[in-house]
Amino acid sequence: MDLSMRWLADYVDCECDIKRFCADMTMSGSKVEAYEAEGEYLSNVVVGKVLSSEPHPDSDHMFVTMVDVGEGEPVQIVTGAQNVNVGDYVPVAKHKSTVLHEGKTVKITKGKLRGVASNGMLCSLAELGLTVNDFPYAIEAGIFILGDDCDKTVGMDIKEAIGFDDTKVEFEITSNRPDCMSVIGLAREAAATFNAPLNVKKPEFKGIDGNIDDMLSVKVENTELCPRYMAGIVKNVRTKPSPRWLRERLRACGVRPINNFVDITNFVMLEYGHPMHAFDLRYVDGTSIVVRNAKAGEKITTLDGTERELSEEMLVIADANKPVAVAGVMGGEYSGIMDDTTTVVFESACFDGASVRTTAKKLGMRTEASSRYEKGLNPNNCYDALMRAFQLVEELDAGDVVATFADVDNGEKAHKTVEFDAKWINDFLGTDIPESTMVEYLTRLGFEVKDGMVVSPYYRIDIECKADVAEEVARIYGYNNIPSTIINGVAKAQRTPKQKFEKKIKNAMLAMGVNEISTFSFISPKYFDKINLPADSKLRNTVVITNPLGEDTSVMRTTILPSVCEVLSRNYNFRNAECAVFELGNEYIPVEDEVLPVEPLRLGIGMYNTDNSVDFFTLKGIIEGVLDKAGAVEYDIERADSNCTFDEVASFHPGRVAVIKIDGEEIGIFGELHPDVLDNYSIGTRAYAAKINIPELMAKANVEKKYTPLPKFPATTRDISVVCDDSIPVAQIEKAIKKAVGKILEKITLFDVYKGKQIEEGKKSVSYSISMRSHEGTLTDEQADKAMEKALKALSEMDITLRM
Amino acid sequence: MKDQLLSIQARAKEQLESITDPKNLEDFRVKFLGKKSEISNILKQMGKLSPEERPVMGQLANKIRSDIEESISQRSSSIKAEMDKIKLQAETLDVTLPGKAVKVGNPHPLNAVLEEVEEVFLGMGFDIVEGPEVETDHYCFEALNMPKHHPARDTQDTFYINDNVVLRTQTSSVQIRTMEKMKPPIRIISPGRVYRSDAVDATHSPLFHQIEGLVIDKGITMSDLKGTLELLMKRLYGENAEIRLRPHHFPYTEPSAEVDLMCFNCQGKGCSMCKGEGYVELLGAGMVHPKVLEGCGIDPEVYSGFAFGIGLERITMGRYSINDMRLLYENDMRFLEQF
Repeated sequence: MDLSMRWLADYVDCECDIKRFCADMTMSGSKVEAYEAEGEYLSNVVVGKVLSSEPHPDSDHMFVTMVDVGEGEPVQIVTGAQNVNVGDYVPVAKHKSTVLHEGKTVKITKGKLRGVASNGMLCSLAELGLTVNDFPYAIEAGIFILGDDCDKTVGMDIKEAIGFDDTKVEFEITSNRPDCMSVIGLAREAAATFNAPLNVKKPEFKGIDGNIDDMLSVKVENTELCPRYMAGIVKNVRTKPSPRWLRERLRACGVRPINNFVDITNFVMLEYGHPMHAFDLRYVDGTSIVVRNAKAGEKITTLDGTERELSEEMLVIADANKPVAVAGVMGGEYSGIMDDTTTVVFESACFDGASVRTTAKKLGMRTEASSRYEKGLNPNNCYDALMRAFQLVEELDAGDVVATFADVDNGEKAHKTVEFDAKWINDFLGTDIPESTMVEYLTRLGFEVKDGMVVSPYYRIDIECKADVAEEVARIYGYNNIPSTIINGVAKAQRTPKQKFEKKIKNAMLAMGVNEISTFSFISPKYFDKINLPADSKLRNTVVITNPLGEDTSVMRTTILPSVCEVLSRNYNFRNAECAVFELGNEYIPVEDEVLPVEPLRLGIGMYNTDNSVDFFTLKGIIEGVLDKAGAVEYDIERADSNCTFDEVASFHPGRVAVIKIDGEEIGIFGELHPDVLDNYSIGTRAYAAKINIPELMAKANVEKKYTPLPKFPATTRDISVVCDDSIPVAQIEKAIKKAVGKILEKITLFDVYKGKQIEEGKKSVSYSISMRSHEGTLTDEQADKAMEKALKALSEMDITLRM
Repeated sequence: MKDQLLSIQARAKEQLESITDPKNLEDFRVKFLGKKSEISNILKQMGKLSPEERPVMGQLANKIRSDIEESISQRSSSIKAEMDKIKLQAETLDVTLPGKAVKVGNPHPLNAVLEEVEEVFLGMGFDIVEGPEVETDHYCFEALNMPKHHPARDTQDTFYINDNVVLRTQTSSVQIRTMEKMKPPIRIISPGRVYRSDAVDATHSPLFHQIEGLVIDKGITMSDLKGTLELLMKRLYGENAEIRLRPHHFPYTEPSAEVDLMCFNCQGKGCSMCKGEGYVELLGAGMVHPKVLEGCGIDPEVYSGFAFGIGLERITMGRYSINDMRLLYENDMRFLEQF
């Protein structure tokens, strides 16, 4: 809402400068977003009187004028305009002045035009930043010749002389205060804020003889959606421009002046916050107005020239045959005021907010009127608005108002009342405001306090409970005068085991040099193709956003993998030589027959290094590190095959992908990304990724740590090399050795894998260092040898033999 | 004999001076103290001395011997010290050469700030709770005093899954879930992702983070809300941080406030950073609306409480002077490595 300070001053004198006004209004609840003085870009532009005008000696279209600018000596100015006559009063941009040129501020200095000295410039409306809407008697292509509605004191600052010196203040009005979307509403707030008197008089009109019932019938069929409908008639319409005082008030509020009738409806809407509608009686078939629901399939061409199909829940203003307006949204094509209009109907009505909102949304047209109605306007305001319109018609001599008017009023008359409890308010706010002060604040705001009740003025539809009253008191008292206290009572808090576990995972990742990322939870369904997901994958069943911003953000991710790939791709394209990232982020998995999906937490990891220093085993090392820190003691890392529960297995290099299993349950997958996936993401280097299911990992992890006594006896080490089929994973060999050696096994370290000379084709040699220790005593050589024999025996059963 | 001994002592002392090498020192020891040394030879002739002279000479010879031994040992340690010095000198490094990088990962800036906020609230006895991001209309709007067609819904452009399910536009939904489950006293914060259909630009994102706060107990006042938020801001931004509360409207709180932080750049005078206002908008807060309490089965005549919602992006960007929100979701390594 843009407010004209000049208009506001018609009703209240705040006795302070603009800065203080804005600050105090903000602190009492009417937030000022910005304020701006009109014509700020104009300086040193004054009223001048043209004393003489001669043709330029060297130009066939320019004139040399002498202009009195109130400085004793007239100044010589050359102009190219053709509409300047001796005796005219014009805006003169003097030497060292600023005006507007093509929307930008430009400086005017003296100079020569074709050899003749020019000490400034005569200005057009555009150079002042105005249009012919602001001064209808002026012309666009020429100098602005000041009319009788301007002050013609020579030398006077032009802004003051033509009334272009208002200040507009932009307010952010909250949705609970539609009454403040008006000059009078803000005047009330200002009066309460600055404790100044409010001078708003009830509008009145005289009227001419006549009875509206002879000219127009009004019927409201749906009184629920239209609690009040008022209509009045103006005969002998005299359409013409509005006077300056009205034009300049509209302009400062950001509304373009058109003609007296349009201006009156806009003026009343801005002043009272109540939309008005004026239409030509000629086009009301059967001189009857019916407020009713639209019929199915009924159509209307609205003022903007668009034909719209209506539906039954929409409310329309209809004549005997057809809808002439969509109630509270927009009038029909022929409803506007034309040059030959003789009789005008003024409508001042109240419509149900939710209904207007739904209709406007459905028809895809939010108008100034609909945005006001949908917040819920008060039926009581209809009367004042109509009276004000009539008063203006008479004041502007725009026509003759018929003395009687139609009023179908089914509106709620009772004012809202709420219990007044000063002690409760103080206890609630933590303040110590005397009851009498509270009453004074509330009275200032237009409330009446009597018999232990607070009675709202009719325009306050938002006061419903004690807390609402407390807010009214608090905002006038000043939120910042409320003391600051610390909450009473003992409280203890700590992170939940789940939160602690997640923090542990995150810290482990950071410690291993991986950076944390944060990615969008919604993705494009096309990303499933990008990561090679099979067409029938269950992961393609997503939570779909019905009104997404774009396809890229249209479904909730069911796998964190594409988010990770996206980040790798972006970094590769940014030419970052290396990238190692992780995210602890949710997946969103639809559940059949449930309203909401589940949102399990996943650890996604991605990494590459263009110097190839990162490989599968770098990632595996990180995975093992995080599993260790998570407290996963027993886990298996196995080649992933097509039976894998992770459909993402298709995103990986088929020979370089592994699953993490705990107690037989697959809780994670990792590996090198499939070359096709790398291609799809334009990643020109090998890259690695992982996904680990965090809740599943936590369920298996041992979060309690226990100390194991340090060994008292020395360890015995034996090195062995065995030969086996190349296809046997080393993990199987290790498992067999572990089992055979039993509890004296302390550590088994693989130190060499060899293929080639001396080893048969299709076989490999694997070397281990096996460390054994007993907690009961020093191991003897015999004990160690016996354990090794057992190990070799177990291996031989798997066709694994000692290397000779 | 005495003269002989004294002369040996004098010569030994003289020669020792010039020895700088451990090997020469060993030769010297053999020469003066070895089995074939002059002293040994002299001592072999002790038998020729009179019984009176014998102990005197013996004593003298032993003294000279131990003197020389002592000198050798002194010399030895000074040679060693000298050699150590030379060796260490030779090992001098250019300490300005680059260090060997030990990689440590960096937390995402949003989470780094979130963790600080969490620590402050844990310290004040607030538990951390979580709630679903895909949420029913009931928890996201209805129960927060925003029935269908409520004009306030307009300010939160919502992503819909269907008529009944939305992507939550605010973490306030967790307030309701918490109040339904827990009975007062309640002290929680709930950080998380929220969604609004705003196109991506420097200050908007369709996905961002909020930290919801909720306190419900007997006798909770608006001054408690003020005190809590003041404490948070001082912990986050230092003791000089100052906030102001400004009346506002949220359907689920009454009274409602927007909370501004005094601009650090101009100390409230108004500058380009705060767009001349002297304050930057930080969060929304208020006393929980009695209708909301009632809806959750909490008697507003007995209990009261406050709630607030902090925009994590806003405080993070302010904290690190990040001027473009897009950087937070781009995850460029050159950006991530700065935190």
